[in-house]
Amino acid sequence: MFKAKVNVTLKKSVLDPQGKTVMHALDSLGFKETRDVRVGKYFEVSLDYSDRKKAEEALRSMCDRVLINPVIEEYVFDLQAVP
Amino acid sequence: MKAAVIVFPGSNCDTDCFHALRDVARMSVEYVWHKERNLPRTDLVVLPGGFSYGDYLRTGAVARFSPAMEAVAKHAAEGRPVIGICNGFQILLEAGLLPGAMLRNKTLTFVCRHVWLRVEDAANPFCRKMRQGQKLCIPIAHGEGNYYCDDETLKKLRDESRIAFRYCSEDGEVSEAFNPNGSRDHIAGILNEKRNVLGMMPHPERASESILASEDGRQIWESLLS
Repeated sequence: MFKAKVNVTLKKSVLDPQGKTVMHALDSLGFKETRDVRVGKYFEVSLDYSDRKKAEEALRSMCDRVLINPVIEEYVFDLQAVP
Repeated sequence: MKAAVIVFPGSNCDTDCFHALRDVARMSVEYVWHKERNLPRTDLVVLPGGFSYGDYLRTGAVARFSPAMEAVAKHAAEGRPVIGICNGFQILLEAGLLPGAMLRNKTLTFVCRHVWLRVEDAANPFCRKMRQGQKLCIPIAHGEGNYYCDDETLKKLRDESRIAFRYCSEDGEVSEAFNPNGSRDHIAGILNEKRNVLGMMPHPERASESILASEDGRQIWESLLS
C-alpha cells in the first residue's frame, strides 16, 4: 500500500489572481516582507500496489489525465509506503 | 434542423437552450442525458452552461469523462457543429476539443451582466449571418471565464482566424477596460481548426428574444439554420 501526496500549482507562466489577492491581503495585514503567493491544490491518494514502480506509474497517469490540467498546472508528489 | 442538448448533472442552462432552439429558432430539439453513449440523429450538439459536477476538481473536468462526450467528439470529428456555452465551453477545453484552459476571473468575483462582443470571424457556421466587426450584446454569468492559452496557441488562433468573439465596448473598442474576466487577448469565444466547434462564455440563449433585452444571440441560431 502506498500513500501519495500530490501538490498542484499553476505554472510559473500563468498569472494567479487568487495568489495576488491573498498577497495584497497579507500586505494590508502588515506582512510587508511578503513577495509572492501562489495558491495551489493538494491531493492525498491511497494506492493499493505492492510494487513502488507500478504505483508511481499509476499516479503519474492519473495526474496527467485527471488531477491536473497540463495547460495551466504542474505538480510534484511524494510517494510513501504505508502499512 | 435537429439539435441535441446534452444534460450533465449540474447543467442549469439546458432548458433555456432547449427553449431558444425550439421556440425561437424553430429547430427540433432533444435532451440527451450525459450517460448516453450514442446521440440521436442530430445536426447540432449544444453543451449548455451550468455547474456540471458542481465544478469539482476544475470546471468541466469531470463532465468530459461522461459517456456522451465520446459521441460528441465523434460528431465534431465528422465536421458537424458543436457549440459549448459557458460551462459547455469549459467542458470542450477540458476534453481537448478546443485548445487552452480557464482560470478564475481576474477579479475573483462571479460576473453576471450584459457585455458587448465584437465578431472577429464571420467565416464559420455560427457567425455566417453576421459580419466581421459587428457588435453583439449578450450576457455573461461566470466565475471562471478567464481564458488562458500559451503564446504559441494564441498565435495559431490569431493566424488561423479562430477567435470568433472578443469582449469590447459598445463602440467596438477592444481593451482591458472592457474585458470582464482578464481573458487572454480579450477572447470571449474560439473555434477549433475545422471551424465546426465553437466555445463561448457569453450566453446567446439568454439573448434570443426581445423580452430578454437583447436578441443578438439569435443570430447564432439563424447562422446555423442558413
